[in-house]
Amino acid sequence: MNQIALSAILSNLLDGALWTIGLSLTAFVLGGIAGLALLFARIARNPVPRRLAQGYIEVFQGTPLLMQLFIIFFGGSMIGFEISPWAAAALGLTLFTSAYLGEIWRGCVESVPKGQWEASASLAMTHFEQMRYVILPQTLRIAIAPTVGFSVQVVKGTAVASIIGFVELSKTGSMLANATFQPFLVFGLVALGYFAICYPLSAYARILERKIHGSRAH
Amino acid sequence: MALVHIDALHKHFGSNHVLKGIDLDIEEGQVIALIGRSGSGKSTLLRTINGLESFDDGCIEVDGERIHPHETDLRALRQKVGMVFQQFNLFPHLTAGQNVILATRIVKKMPEQDAKDLAKAMLLKVGLQDKFDAYPDQLSGGQQQRVAIARALAMQPRVLLCDEITSALDPELVNEVLAVVKNLAAEGITLIMVTHEMRFAREVGDKLVFMYQGRIHESGDPQELFANPQTPELASFISSVM
Repeated sequence: MNQIALSAILSNLLDGALWTIGLSLTAFVLGGIAGLALLFARIARNPVPRRLAQGYIEVFQGTPLLMQLFIIFFGGSMIGFEISPWAAAALGLTLFTSAYLGEIWRGCVESVPKGQWEASASLAMTHFEQMRYVILPQTLRIAIAPTVGFSVQVVKGTAVASIIGFVELSKTGSMLANATFQPFLVFGLVALGYFAICYPLSAYARILERKIHGSRAH
Repeated sequence: MALVHIDALHKHFGSNHVLKGIDLDIEEGQVIALIGRSGSGKSTLLRTINGLESFDDGCIEVDGERIHPHETDLRALRQKVGMVFQQFNLFPHLTAGQNVILATRIVKKMPEQDAKDLAKAMLLKVGLQDKFDAYPDQLSGGQQQRVAIARALAMQPRVLLCDEITSALDPELVNEVLAVVKNLAAEGITLIMVTHEMRFAREVGDKLVFMYQGRIHESGDPQELFANPQTPELASFISSVM
């Protein structure tokens, strides 16, 4: 009984890890697109989109990711949308990611000196042209490191999706722990799996940061 | 008809009344030197002329382009008014040539080759034809400021505003920038400059405007005003800076 070979444990965990990576990528890409829209709303000159974006960001930063997933998953089925754990997790993490990336990027835009806005305005550029040709190219360099750094938070955030029954690395781990009665071994391997995904990302963010601080402005 | 016409201009920063009814007419080809102590409103006045500062009352007209208080669409005005800043404000991610080209391409929709030729001509005018491919951080402060002048000139403005353009420069770099401005004045470009270079103002300026507590306190021929200030405030300002 319960003599599940290590190789079987590993191959199951690998499957789970692939789902973790898939969910992370989905949330990161979709959240990045939504975050860009939030950024533009946040720095718009019209106060209406500015306040809406701020409200959105405050809601998603001010509540636990777990509650957001519960509300999407159970709330969806309550109002008649049968929503799969995968879709609920992807949607919840996308919203969560967009709120943080939007805010990180806004900080980067604001770190571009005011003189850059004034110089481009005095050359008769529109707000959009200023963003496109002057501000965002400078923001991009500043934003890479914190953005890659935040991707680590997204990967770890996917663990929460296990609670609504989405079978990713953590959920696979708890199922294996129940089946094998070897929770220490299994969760140790799960932790190693997360570390193997996250460490290269944070190391890369560190390298980028050094590169940007050490190099010239172009 | 004056090229720049400023009429009863008022501006407040909160409860601080910084411009208290400015009337000023500037003719085509004139070089105006705006002087005064810090806080007298001279930089604010300059910045209202291309809409970087809004104003509360009065009006500004540049070459037939009239703007009213709290105007938000300033693009037409800004195509007629160029500006050079104290801190240069070159775009650090673009080369000198690209800095000059950018707005001619996207705002004026100039064809690529024309824009490039124009940029080269403008860099030649400020003596930096060999720096077309240099990035701003490879240039000295004086060179950066000359690129900034070329960038403003490439838009072919009717008026060029200069906001203390030598104040951030090391003393030995001031003259190369002033020499460029002097050439522009000789070419007949209309210039409005806020400056602390009194000798330069006296030598190159056609008209000196002394601001004091948000008003034009005294204005006229620079030689005459320096030799013979009519008010004790200008007399004391001149003796404190010369």
